[in-house]
Amino acid sequence: MTILLAQANPTLIAPIHVPNVEYSAMLPALILIGGALLLLLVVSVVRSRPPWLWTGMTLATGAATMVSSLVLWFDVRDDGPRRVVADALVVDGFAVFFMVLIAVTVILGALLATTYLDREGFPGPEFYVLMLLSASGAVVMASANDLIVLFLGLEILSIALYVLAGFHPRRLESKEAAMKYFVLGAFSSALFLYGVALVYGATGSTNLGSIRTFLASNVAPNGGVLLAGVALLLVGLGFKVAVVPFHTWTPDVYQGSPSPATGFMAAAAKAAGFAGLLRVFFSTFSTLRLDWRPVVFVLAVITLLVGSVLAVVQTDIKRMLAYSSISHAGYVLIGLQAASSAGIAGSLFYLLAYTFMVLGSFAVVTVMGRQGDADHDLSAYRGLASRRPALALAFTVLLLSQAGVPFTTGFLAKFYVISAAVQSRSYALALIGMLSAVIAAFFYLRITVLMYTPPADDGADVRSRPLAVPAATALVVGVAAAFTIAFGLVPAPMIHFARQATLLL
Amino acid sequence: MNDLDFPILSAIVLLPAAAAVVVALLPRSRPDVVRLVGFLAALATGVLTVWLAFAFDKGDAGYQFVSQHHWIADLGISWIVGVDGISLFLVVLTGVLFPIALIGPKVHRDVKSYTAWMLVLEAGCLGSFLSLDLFVFFLFFEITLVPMYFIIGGWGYENRVYASVKFFLYTLFGSAFMLVGMLALVFLSAKGRPVTFDFRELAERGALAENTARWVFLAFTAAFAVKIPLFPVHTWLPDAHTEAPTAGSVILAGVLLKLGTYGILRFGVTLFPAAAVDLAPLLLTLATIGIIYGALVATVQKDLKRLVAYSSVAHLGFIVLGTFALTNQGVSGGVLQMVNHGLSTGALFLLVGMIYERRHTRQISELNGLQKSMPVLAAVFTVVMLSSIGLPGLNGFVGEFLVLVGTFITRRWWAVVATAGVILAALYLLWAYQRVFHGTPTGDNVGLPDMTWRERAVMAPLVILIVFLGVYPKPVLDRINPSVEALVSRVEKATDHRQPAVASRRETGDR
Repeated sequence: MTILLAQANPTLIAPIHVPNVEYSAMLPALILIGGALLLLLVVSVVRSRPPWLWTGMTLATGAATMVSSLVLWFDVRDDGPRRVVADALVVDGFAVFFMVLIAVTVILGALLATTYLDREGFPGPEFYVLMLLSASGAVVMASANDLIVLFLGLEILSIALYVLAGFHPRRLESKEAAMKYFVLGAFSSALFLYGVALVYGATGSTNLGSIRTFLASNVAPNGGVLLAGVALLLVGLGFKVAVVPFHTWTPDVYQGSPSPATGFMAAAAKAAGFAGLLRVFFSTFSTLRLDWRPVVFVLAVITLLVGSVLAVVQTDIKRMLAYSSISHAGYVLIGLQAASSAGIAGSLFYLLAYTFMVLGSFAVVTVMGRQGDADHDLSAYRGLASRRPALALAFTVLLLSQAGVPFTTGFLAKFYVISAAVQSRSYALALIGMLSAVIAAFFYLRITVLMYTPPADDGADVRSRPLAVPAATALVVGVAAAFTIAFGLVPAPMIHFARQATLLL
Repeated sequence: MNDLDFPILSAIVLLPAAAAVVVALLPRSRPDVVRLVGFLAALATGVLTVWLAFAFDKGDAGYQFVSQHHWIADLGISWIVGVDGISLFLVVLTGVLFPIALIGPKVHRDVKSYTAWMLVLEAGCLGSFLSLDLFVFFLFFEITLVPMYFIIGGWGYENRVYASVKFFLYTLFGSAFMLVGMLALVFLSAKGRPVTFDFRELAERGALAENTARWVFLAFTAAFAVKIPLFPVHTWLPDAHTEAPTAGSVILAGVLLKLGTYGILRFGVTLFPAAAVDLAPLLLTLATIGIIYGALVATVQKDLKRLVAYSSVAHLGFIVLGTFALTNQGVSGGVLQMVNHGLSTGALFLLVGMIYERRHTRQISELNGLQKSMPVLAAVFTVVMLSSIGLPGLNGFVGEFLVLVGTFITRRWWAVVATAGVILAALYLLWAYQRVFHGTPTGDNVGLPDMTWRERAVMAPLVILIVFLGVYPKPVLDRINPSVEALVSRVEKATDHRQPAVASRRETGDR
C-alpha cells in the first residue's frame, strides 16, 4: 500500500535515506557488543566451561577494542575526524581517547573481576557480559554527535551498571546499592531526556553540530527554554559523574556494589559521563559559555569541598574512595570551567590518570575485602605494610598520587587543570582546588599511616590470617602503580596524547 | 671551569636518587650492607658538592655549571640546573650533613626503608637548591615532604603520627598558594610569548603589573613562610622537630628549613623586587617577632629538644631579617647564616640525640651534672652552643653580625629589637647548659659513658667547620658576595630602594 502510494505520488512520502554505515569507524563499540554476545553464545553451546575462559575472552575483547581504537587514533590524526551514520556519531581524537580509556578499563576490570568471582564462587560469564555491554554504552557516549545517541549510550552504560551493582546475591548492601542506583539513575535519565526535549524545542535539532551552528548564527528565540534544557542536561550528566549536589547515590552505591564493579563503575561511568559533558558543553554550547561557566564554577567548588571534607570523616574505605572520586570529579570540572583547549586537555589527562589510580585502588580494596567482600573498615589496613609490603607500597603510591604528590600522574593531572584555570583567570577556583587537595591529603595520609602502623596483636582476628593476593589482582595494582610513577616521571607522551585529543572549537 | 662537559649538577641530584633505588633493591636482612651503601652514596655526593665549591668561579655572579634539557615541551617545562653564590653553600651543606645524619644516630628498626627515604630526601633537597625551572623546583620542594613524612612517622617518638601529618599538611597548605602564584606569574608574564617555567627567562621578563606582582609575591611567600617557618605559621616546627628521630631533626633543621629562606631570596626577591621592597616591613616585623618570641618560648621549654627547635624559629628570623634588609651585608649574612644554622643546630640535635640514647629522656629537669661523666660531650656541646649563641670566633657570630649590621643601616629599629634576640639566645642556651651539665650528677645521671669514637668522628667535621667559618669565613663570603651584590643591585634597579653608601663600599673599592 505504501509502496503503491509512493509510486503514485512520489512527493507525498519522502524516500527513506538509508544512511551509509561506516562500520570501520564504529569498530570499538561493535567489538565490545560482539564480545558480549559471543560470551553468551559460548556459554550456551559449549559444555566444558572453565572460568578462565570468560576472563580470557573478555581480555581478548578488551585488547581488540584497544587495537581498533589505536588504529582509529592514527586514522583520525592523519585524515581528520569522521562523521558517520548520518552524523549521529563522530569519531574524532576526543572520542578515540575515551575509547582507549574504556578499553583499558575493560582489561583491568576483567582482571579484577576474575579474582572476585573465583573467591565468591560465581563461575558464570554474566559479570563480564554486563561489563562489556556497559563499556559499549560508554564508547557510544564518547562518540555521540547527537543528544539522542548520547542518551542511548547513557542508558546502555547505566542499565548494565545497575545490574552489576546488585551482582552479589547474598549481600543485602549489594541489593540496596542496585536499587538506589537504579531509582536515582532513572530519575536522572528522565531529567536528561527532558533536557534533550527542551533543547530540541529551542533549537530545532538534537544533532550537536546542528545545534552549534544554529546557536552560532541565531539568537535563540526561547532563551529560557534553551537554558532550562542545558541545565537539565548538566544535571543528568552531572549525576553520572557524581558532581555535588547530584552525588548522594555515590557513597552508598560504591560501598554496596561488589568491589570490582565499583572500580569499573568509578572509572567507566566517570569517563563516559565526562566525555558527554565536555563535548556537549565545551563544543556544542560554546556560545553559551557565559551562562554555564559560573554554574560550573559553583558546582566545581562545592564538589571539591564536599568531596574532600566528607571523605575525611569516613571509616569505610569504599565510602572514602567514593567521596574522593567525587572530589576528583571536581578537578575535572575545573578543566571544563576553564573553557579552553588547555582546560579540556587537562580534564582528559586527569581522567587518564584517574582511571589507573582508581582501578588500582579498588584492586587493593577487592583483595582486602576478603571472602564475602565485606571487610572494608579502615582498621583492616592497619599493619598491612608488615604483612604485604609490596601491596602496601603500591597502594601508598596510588594514594599519594591521588593526594597530588610530585612525580606521579596525580600531581601532573592536578597541575594541568589548575594551570588551565589560572590561564583562564579563574584564580579563586584554582586556589580552592589546591586547598581542597590539602584537605584530601589528610585522608589519603591517614590510610598510609595505618598501613605503616604495626598491627594490633590478637591472634583470633580474621585479619591476622594470611591475605591471598591473586596474580591477576597483583597485575592490576602493579600496572596502575607503574603507570602512575612512570608517566609521573616522563609525562610528555601522555600530555601530548591528551592535547592531541582535545576538542576543536 | 663553567664549561664542564660532565653534567655535574644533574649527577649530584641523581646520584642519591639512584642510590635510593639500589638500597630499595638490597635484601632487608643485611642492614649493615644497606647502611654502608647508603653512607657511601651520600659521601660520594658530599665529595662532589665540596669539589663544586672549589671549582666554583669566584668572579662570576651568574649561574655556573648550567645544564638544560627539555622535559615536558608541550608545557614549556625543562630540566635546568645551575648554581650560584647563593645556592652553592646550601648544596655543600646538604652534601656534608647527609652522610653525617646517615651514619651518626642509630636506627632502631627497618634500616633499609630508612636509608632509602633519607637518600630520596637528599635528592629532593639538592634538586630544590639547584633547579632553575620553577616547575621542577616546585616538584622537588614538594617531594621532600614525602620522605620526611615517612621518617618522622616511621622512626620518630611517641607523638610522631600527629607531628608528621601536621608537618605535611602545613607545608602543603602553603604550597597551594605558591602553585597558583607560580602559574599566574608564568601565564601573565608570557604576553604572547611562549610559556616558559625557566626562572632566568621569567626574571628577565618581569612583566607583571605592580599590584599583581604583590599578590604573586605573597603567594610565594605563603609557601616559604610555612617552610622557614615565620611567626605565626611556625607551630608545626616544634612538634615535627621534637618527634622526629635525631637524623630527621638534623636534616629538617639543617636543610629543609633553608628551602624556605632560600626560596624567598631566590624566587621571591629576584622575581618581584618591587613587591619585596614594599612588603619588607611586614616580613621584617614577622622575622623580629619570631626572633624574640622564639627565644622567649625556648627559654621556658622543659624538653631539651623542643628548646633547640624553638631556637631555630629565632635563628631563622635572623636570616629573614638579613634578607629583607636588602643590603649587601644583610643578604650575605643571611646566606651565610643559613649555612651556620645548619651546622650548629644540626650538631645540637645530634648531641641531644646522644644524650637521649644514654638517658632515654630529654626532660631538662631529669638531667644534671652530665659534665662529670661525659666531659668530651660537654666540651663539644659548649663549642656548638657558643656557635649558636653567636660568640665571636665561631661561625654564628659572623653571620649574625653581618645580618645586624646590614639591617641597622637600612632598617634601624628592627635591628635594635632583633639584637635583643642575641642576648636571649645566650640566656636560654646557657641556662639549659647549666641545668643539664653542671652540678653533681644524681640518680641515673651518674656514670654515663662518654662519646664513643664513632660519635666523635661524626661530630668532628661539624666542629671543624664551625671553628673554621668563625675564624676565616673569607673563602665562603668571596663566593657568596658577587651573586648577592648582583641581586641587591637588581633590586635597586627595579625600585627606588637604595642601600646607603656605607653598605656598597666594597664595590667602590675604598676599603
